[in-house]
Amino acid sequence: MALDGMTPRDESDLAEAIRSTEGGLSVSGGGTRGGRGTGANLSVRAMRGVRLYEPGAMTLVAAAGTPLSEIETVLASEGQRLAFEPMDHRVLLGTQGDPTLGGVYSTNTSGPRRIQAGAMRDFALGVRFVDGMGNIVQNGGRVMKNVTGYDLVKMLAGSRGTLGVVTEVALKVQPAPETLCTLSISVADPVEGVRALSAALGSPFDVTGAAFANGLAHVRVEGFENSVAYRAGQLKDRLSGFGEITLSSDPSLWADIRDLRMFSNVDGDVWKISVKPSDGPVVMARLPGDAVLDWGGGLVWACVPTGTDVATALQGLAGHATCVRGNGGAMGEQDSAVRSLIDGLKAKFDPRGILNPGVTS
Amino acid sequence: MEMPQPDSTVLAKKDRIVSHLLRILPADAVISDPAETRAYECDALTAYRCPPLAAVLPSSTQEVSAILKLCHAEGVPVVPRGSGTSLAGGALPTADSVILGVARMNGVLETDYDNRFIRVQTGRTNLSVTGAVEEEDFFYAPDPSSQLACAIAGNIAMNSGGAHCLKYGVTTNNLMGATVVLMDGTVIELGGAHLDAPGVDLLGVICGSEGQLGVVTEATLRILHKPEGALPMLVGFDSNATAGACVADIIKAGVLPVAIEFMDRPILQIAENFAKAGYPDCEALLVIEVEGSDVEIADQLARITAIAQTHNPVEIRQAGSPSESAAIWLGRKSAFGAVGQVADYMCLDGTIPVSELPKVLDGIQALSEKYGLKVGNVFHAGDGNMHPLIMFDANKPGDLELCEAMGADILRLCVEVGGCLTGEHGVGIEKRDLMVDQYTPADLEAQMAVKDVFDPAWLLNPAKVFPLAVTASRRALAIAAQ
Repeated sequence: MALDGMTPRDESDLAEAIRSTEGGLSVSGGGTRGGRGTGANLSVRAMRGVRLYEPGAMTLVAAAGTPLSEIETVLASEGQRLAFEPMDHRVLLGTQGDPTLGGVYSTNTSGPRRIQAGAMRDFALGVRFVDGMGNIVQNGGRVMKNVTGYDLVKMLAGSRGTLGVVTEVALKVQPAPETLCTLSISVADPVEGVRALSAALGSPFDVTGAAFANGLAHVRVEGFENSVAYRAGQLKDRLSGFGEITLSSDPSLWADIRDLRMFSNVDGDVWKISVKPSDGPVVMARLPGDAVLDWGGGLVWACVPTGTDVATALQGLAGHATCVRGNGGAMGEQDSAVRSLIDGLKAKFDPRGILNPGVTS
Repeated sequence: MEMPQPDSTVLAKKDRIVSHLLRILPADAVISDPAETRAYECDALTAYRCPPLAAVLPSSTQEVSAILKLCHAEGVPVVPRGSGTSLAGGALPTADSVILGVARMNGVLETDYDNRFIRVQTGRTNLSVTGAVEEEDFFYAPDPSSQLACAIAGNIAMNSGGAHCLKYGVTTNNLMGATVVLMDGTVIELGGAHLDAPGVDLLGVICGSEGQLGVVTEATLRILHKPEGALPMLVGFDSNATAGACVADIIKAGVLPVAIEFMDRPILQIAENFAKAGYPDCEALLVIEVEGSDVEIADQLARITAIAQTHNPVEIRQAGSPSESAAIWLGRKSAFGAVGQVADYMCLDGTIPVSELPKVLDGIQALSEKYGLKVGNVFHAGDGNMHPLIMFDANKPGDLELCEAMGADILRLCVEVGGCLTGEHGVGIEKRDLMVDQYTPADLEAQMAVKDVFDPAWLLNPAKVFPLAVTASRRALAIAAQ
């Protein structure tokens, strides 16, 4: 037991802790996301370690408390990586700790490559968790194609620990590419920027990143060297009408976009807004402050003056928004029928309401 | 296959239910004559048949909602149906059920190339989704082998895969949004043209829930630009184990073909006799396809060839022309049909970790000898999704039961080595009773809790997915509540 709460050593320890608790539990992984719900802290960080890794099957199974850095090191030793490129929140939030597998799974955290490879949840093959009654549950498995029973692996990804405490996740991983090339196109405005990104994403050239920041539209291709050279050349020809293009093989540009380094020393609320890509420039035009577009324009990262009424600004647009730095909360998408289904699931999986009280599922 | 006793009170009020259905639907959308309901008595798992009470063919989400509201109020089970191509009995009716077929809802609602999605009604067939966007050189990636006939509704219900999912993923990875009608008639919208709503992923759990949580009437699907080109190659090996090791080495090397298909000797012989594809004489054969520009294709094939050469291949053959490409795919694509010419067969669908391939193939061979039934293997090797075809004689008494028993043993073997019962066909009624071999009571309880929330009366697609003994108390409670 740590001084500030519970740190179960394994799954049965955790199940026992949940069964015997009477008050609420605030579940955490590496704690890099800052804020937490009310209740005693329950950290999964003592449950850690890679339990299985088969490079030839592109699968890795690890305990929920395993730091992502540890997983990435193991993968790199075999020339592989996590495809979904999760954001490291420490850069933006100034927090401490190590991001964990359980944390990125429970928040379905995905970075720039989401637009091509898929979200974190698309790479989660199996999960083990302990529900709010202390039952140990397994779903999915460690194989890439599995339709045996309901897909609770997807259902729990992004549920922020409100339906169960995740103890283990099985992942599909990806070969790391030999090289990358980023085309940076100097465009007239965000509308032109998103047009350039759409042209790139609608091409056959397998674009793995499409972002807009500071007047530049960035397009990334990755793979074997001659393939990258070929595709970068083709894209350069196609996109030359949008503005002057420079090429770079520096990966740090994408880490900076992923982690929002440009907002780390700027005051204000930071919102994550997901819309149809062509609506990205519309959102930018309606909000004060600065913004970066990712996912071809569909993900707007907006840094706005503290307390800005983002909800009103976004009226009439389909999508959703979450305040990741500041006290803006979240908005969009859940009508009352959807809300009552989610409340129904919460009542089934955590009837006492002890898991992450105060956190919206 | 045991099915629940039909509800006699529902059977007794058939006329009343039909007359209510005729109030909300045009006459030609309600089928109740026993001569006509027989058309819906089974899906592609033809060993099991049961005509439904009635079948309805709505044309809109509003009609689907009205039908479900009525059936909910009357306590009538509803079996949603796409095109009826399920190999697992996913659309098998019960005698007291109404078949809800979405086949007439096949329109394209919106096509958006800039934002790379298409919105369709779910009765549309898989291939005609691609058909709607191919003039702009786009396509919809999941490609189950029944894609000419199967509906998007069924693809979503079963989370269908296909030959190319090693690169493009399965249905759930390409489904962005859905309009879903719940059993009580409530219509909900999930997702859309934007990505990744925060919170509990309802769309993710509805996809693959075999029509038991709601009826999906409209879907937003991701579309992609077609690759510049594609080319297959084949490699023959002198053992299954060597072919399996080669697959693992290709993946480890960072080459990601769009498809790696595996055929063993029994299948090769049958397919060769039938299709005369000119395959080499070998124990195991891989058909590998890569995509890209000419330069990229040549580069990937060279890398794969170099890897294959370290595994003592019997033959390596690259296609040099479209006709040679077709010849390489011919044997693979005609494999199921070829087996159908020589025997009745049952196609299994378990998935295994790729590393366990040699062990599982040996295990299947041992079971084949034990049961005295021939078996051939043709499957997606890159993702471990096996398709053992067990051959039997449907006219020989007891042979179907023998085949089912052997199939169950093969699937248990898949689970034992860390795999699962079904990779892309779904559980349906076919693998229902094996769920206890893969999941603990607590695992199944968690899944059934989801069903309790979406369909508390357990009326949607009854008797599928979960063993009847496991659901008995819930079904009894639901009937008592009526």
